[in-house]
Amino acid sequence: MNYITLSYGDLVIAALLIGVNAALSIRLRLSLERQLLIAASRMVVQLGLLGLVLKVLFETVSLPFTAAAALVMILFAGYEVMGRQERRLAGWWSYGVGTGCMLFGGTIVTVFALTTQLQPEPWFHPRYALPLLGMILGNMMTGIALGLNTLATNVGRERSAIETMLALGYDRAEAFRPLIRESVRNGLIPIINSMSATGLVSIPGMMTGQILAGADPWDAIKYQLLVMFLIAGATGIGAGSAIYAMAARLTDARHRLRLDRLTVK
Amino acid sequence: MLRIRGLTRPGLEPFDFDLPPGEAVAMFGPSGAGKTLLLRAIADLDPNDGACALGDARRDDMPAPDWRRLVTYMAAEPGWWGDRVGDHFADPDSGRKLLPPLKLPEDAMGWALARLSTGEKQRLALARVLERAPRVMLLDEPTSGLDADTTRAVEAVLGARLGDGAAMLFVTHDIEQGKRLAKRALYVDAGKVRQGDL
Repeated sequence: MNYITLSYGDLVIAALLIGVNAALSIRLRLSLERQLLIAASRMVVQLGLLGLVLKVLFETVSLPFTAAAALVMILFAGYEVMGRQERRLAGWWSYGVGTGCMLFGGTIVTVFALTTQLQPEPWFHPRYALPLLGMILGNMMTGIALGLNTLATNVGRERSAIETMLALGYDRAEAFRPLIRESVRNGLIPIINSMSATGLVSIPGMMTGQILAGADPWDAIKYQLLVMFLIAGATGIGAGSAIYAMAARLTDARHRLRLDRLTVK
Repeated sequence: MLRIRGLTRPGLEPFDFDLPPGEAVAMFGPSGAGKTLLLRAIADLDPNDGACALGDARRDDMPAPDWRRLVTYMAAEPGWWGDRVGDHFADPDSGRKLLPPLKLPEDAMGWALARLSTGEKQRLALARVLERAPRVMLLDEPTSGLDADTTRAVEAVLGARLGDGAAMLFVTHDIEQGKRLAKRALYVDAGKVRQGDL
């Protein structure tokens, strides 16, 4: 593939566009200049570091290094999921449930794609493994956070209904079934919407990148379809397991509702 | 029949209690004294310590849902999960026979939940407990929202269940109601339980 390489000078010219935002901020006295400068600098530094890391990883192609990078990504994603929840499990559970389920769903689906559809040599080649995992995690986060938020918010609202079912002798699975259904539904809706809008409303960034890099549009579309299927599967696994895990934590072995294990941010 | 030894939980001092079949015991005490906490602890709805048994069957030896089908708690403000009254009964067809003695029409089984008054909800909540025929009923202010006539109707239904051998522990603020249904009482104050005659 051949593509047009960008020079640093090209980037400096493009960065001038940030000046438009700065001018707006000054003109309307939004005092956003500082934030704007920090955000843009952060982006440059973060991506620069990412470039250095990826360069090393791609040169070494080592399983432990690749796995470590994947783990760091998952840990950050878990933090992000926790941050998006207003009401969440108390203590380490809040971080643990989101992160554990992303580790679970993200690993299964990424390894599945690497070993069956893509089959790079070696199978864990970071050039394939890390971008795939990144896209999967980014979308899973939304599904898991929405699902957990729905459960944590509604369990308080439905408290008396749940406790009445438990008092009448229903078990915790029966008492939580309506809530779990609603939470899983909310977790899955974004990926369904995004599948139906893809290609009409949005041209996915990954596909755009491949096309700019000189790939045949048809090949780029096949990659995009693969990624969307992987994301859908991972979101189902991740959101489903996270919601069941939270429901289990909100009850105990004696089938009691344990709202004391929930905290409000 | 119901045997409680050293039952305790935060906000409630350990207490012992026996409730034979066919007997009702009234529970009195100011708001916040721990009456609801006590009933919920017996039903195992909150973490608690102590021994409870029904005859030879010990609470801790059976799954909690089994225990709660035998010893059923009804909250002062019961919850609802379906859209229609019938959704809350195990068998709405046979359950409708329970309604006329509670001064509700049999049709109420098909009513939408949204149209129910507080008093109707309270009696329907009691009907769904009666339908499941528990051995012990733990009732938190079962007639608090009802007028005098309806209260008497509910008491008659409860009295019939006592005659069939069920037992009952109920919270009330009306000493006369306590005397109509029970000979013994529990007085709860600041988490301490005292037993006495009525």
